[in-house]
Amino acid sequence: MSDNKENTPMVNTGEYFTSGNLAVAEGSLAAGCKFFGGYPITPSSEVAEHMSIKLPQTKGHFVQFEDEIASIASILGASWGGWKSMTATSGPGYSLMLENIGLGIMTETPCVIVNVQRGGPSTGLPTLVGQQDIQQARWGSHGDYEIIALSPNSVQECFDLAITAFNLAEEYRVPVTILMDETIGHMSEKLIIPEKEKIKIVNRKKPTNEADGHLPYKADEDLIPPMAVAGEGYNVITTGLTHDERGYPALDADAQKILLTRLLDKIRKNKDKIIKLEEYMLDDSEFVIVSFGISSRAAKGAVNLARKKGLKVGYLRLITVWPFPDEQINQIAEKVKAIFITEINSGQVTREVKRAVEGKTEVHGLLKLGGAIHTPAEIVEEIERRTK
Amino acid sequence: MSDRIEIRFAGFGGQGIALMGRLVGEVISLHEKGKQSVMTQSYGPESRGGASSCDVVIDTQVIDYPKSTEFDYFVVMSEEAYHKYVPLLKKGGIMFVEENLVTLDDQAKKASKIFKLPATAIAESLGSRLYANIAMLGFVCANTDLFSEEAFIQVMKAKVRARFIEKNLTAFEKGKNHK
Amino acid sequence: MTEEEIGLIEAEEHPLDCYLRKGRIPHIWCPGCSLGSVATMIIEAIRETGIDPKNISVISGIGCTGRTAGYLNFDSFHTTHGRAIPFAIGLGLTDPNRKIIVISGDGDLASIGGNHLIHAARRNADITVICVNNFQYGMTGGQVGPTSYKGQVQTTAPYSNIEEPFNLPELIKACGATYVARWTALDVRRVKESFVEAINHKGFSFVEILGACPTTYGRRNQLREGIAILENFKERAVIEHGIDTEKVAIGKEGPIIVGRFVDIHDKPSLTDNLLSIQRMATASKGKGS
Ligand code: SF4
Repeated sequence: MSDNKENTPMVNTGEYFTSGNLAVAEGSLAAGCKFFGGYPITPSSEVAEHMSIKLPQTKGHFVQFEDEIASIASILGASWGGWKSMTATSGPGYSLMLENIGLGIMTETPCVIVNVQRGGPSTGLPTLVGQQDIQQARWGSHGDYEIIALSPNSVQECFDLAITAFNLAEEYRVPVTILMDETIGHMSEKLIIPEKEKIKIVNRKKPTNEADGHLPYKADEDLIPPMAVAGEGYNVITTGLTHDERGYPALDADAQKILLTRLLDKIRKNKDKIIKLEEYMLDDSEFVIVSFGISSRAAKGAVNLARKKGLKVGYLRLITVWPFPDEQINQIAEKVKAIFITEINSGQVTREVKRAVEGKTEVHGLLKLGGAIHTPAEIVEEIERRTK
Repeated sequence: MSDRIEIRFAGFGGQGIALMGRLVGEVISLHEKGKQSVMTQSYGPESRGGASSCDVVIDTQVIDYPKSTEFDYFVVMSEEAYHKYVPLLKKGGIMFVEENLVTLDDQAKKASKIFKLPATAIAESLGSRLYANIAMLGFVCANTDLFSEEAFIQVMKAKVRARFIEKNLTAFEKGKNHK
Repeated sequence: MTEEEIGLIEAEEHPLDCYLRKGRIPHIWCPGCSLGSVATMIIEAIRETGIDPKNISVISGIGCTGRTAGYLNFDSFHTTHGRAIPFAIGLGLTDPNRKIIVISGDGDLASIGGNHLIHAARRNADITVICVNNFQYGMTGGQVGPTSYKGQVQTTAPYSNIEEPFNLPELIKACGATYVARWTALDVRRVKESFVEAINHKGFSFVEILGACPTTYGRRNQLREGIAILENFKERAVIEHGIDTEKVAIGKEGPIIVGRFVDIHDKPSLTDNLLSIQRMATASKGKGS
């Protein structure tokens, strides 16, 4: 029994030439994921397929459910059974999952959702790239909440950020979304899986007090309550209703304020610890490209190209898309003539950047609407055109 | 400037085009010192049935843009793929052509070199046209500095099912020795 | 009905009290509602199975019945509307020794959660599903539902319900469930026995309890008091163990057939199958990709 209860990570140390979808699956295994509940959808299905091979080898379970709603509900259940759990999908499936992502937020359930984005809305471009679910990941479930979302831009980072995602989910007791995209998911490049000892794993805090009189939603200083799971004798209680520290429904404005403030603050007050950014040639730059995910690769290429042309362009990559790095972008805005955003949507991050700069500099979205990625040359052309 | 090299492999569904890219990508990424590679492939309606293509981008530095825009090498195994993609061949680029399946036209003139191989016929002589892709890679290996034979064979042995290895090695050999 | 809490007379220390969450009673159910007695039968049944309460998890969806999990002092999970079953499957698979009991209403399980219900039965998932069928939506004020019979009057079927209801035992049996029973809430002894059988059952077990909802069903259908609904059940109920479930549909009139309809023991459950996949996978580890 006991070995079945542990989140024993499966670390397949070695060098591989593989895809982002397989890398994110391997990273999840290395983080100790033991349960995958999912539903096939292009362009994410390879994640499920890989987990269906590997999880049974590590005494975990893979279940293909009847739909995405069941998938997300199942991983919340598995998490309350003490297993690290995940699902993978794309836009249409993510839409279906959002209600229960809300349940995960309300019940503070650690889990990871991979969204390999394709072009939308609706069925859109099933096999082609998009980055159109950025705002959906932030606001898609009803009610107010804070979320963590990460966006890898290489196969290696799909692996690395899968581990980060599980660690953040466990640490902050929140569902974490990995916002991949079709290109990252399907392209192959080198992946190095380090040795098990070199991988840092975070596990959820456990209560240390007696079960009797235990208050399951009483947070510590860090605003995060320790988490007892099923079978540990704590008589776990969860509800999607607004609840008090006992976990009992408390349907009034005061209880709502207390609970919601804590749920928001546990992310907001730890923003500095959560947010990860990559900077490149920022120091002397007059123009900055802000990007994330697959678009950031062309953006970086554009920086190199622009520098060769004598344009002082720098680069800021959002590894963490949510929470949004308002302060960092605001500081950059003080020093530069303009900020450009490359993204494959109609301006979802551009909107955030505009908000964050508070009018201190010009903000331009260099946007593609899905189906194709930017090239470095066209980005530079746009920058040149707009800065003449 | 970087040492970026772009290769496009193209043909029709069933020729194992994506496998060509995956093998070459892996050989370079894991076995060619100081080089990186990215393989991308076309998915979806484009990849079902008709045309099939994939790109391998090689560089000594981090590859910022993973797809090809103007390929240095164009390995083409069908007429349809030839017409579809030849406009994107770089001027002075190099072409590898399945000579029995592709009829070249004026557009091929921008290539600095054109290597022709009856890959399918070679494969058929080994019992199945499925070996055509590997024969073509033997031919590419012999006529470029893209990757070494030893590394390729090592990777292929790990990727291909045991009972097909012998035939694939012969196909590679035949492609390599074709003049 | 509204969320207002309707107090019940509190008895002195009762032997079952330790299975209820202190501070959550009084519950929200209306006078004359069957849900209190169903909850009591669940607790009695669990006690009778002798299973360590630590190994019991109770999961509910949304609705009046959906509140049950929250009152019971086990590991209890109040999930979203319709999604108790997949949540329960995920939870259950993390420990094969855990007994998983889903308790929810007909609207929650058979309408919005219908897809999960049929697939859980098909998979022979190791869960017990207790469906309290009160023929409509109580919590939201008496709207028509998938178990409402033809001619029933509800707030969203003000002239009369025009649709045929689900015959739940037939549906669940057809999907592959290995234990299917139905009782009226009136027959507490058989309800409890059936719960014991269902909880001890390996694989998917389904018990439909026909419950009285005087507030939003009875009032509109000439059965104003809870007791009137139960009396109606009593007059019409006929026990027919093992009967072909095709014959157990419920209408406005006619017999209400109850009993244990399906009880199969030789079919591997979802957990059995997943564990055997684990053995296959571990044996082939290193060989495959
Ligand atoms: S509305 Fe009906 S089902 Fe709900 S508590 Fe009242 S009587 Fe029971």
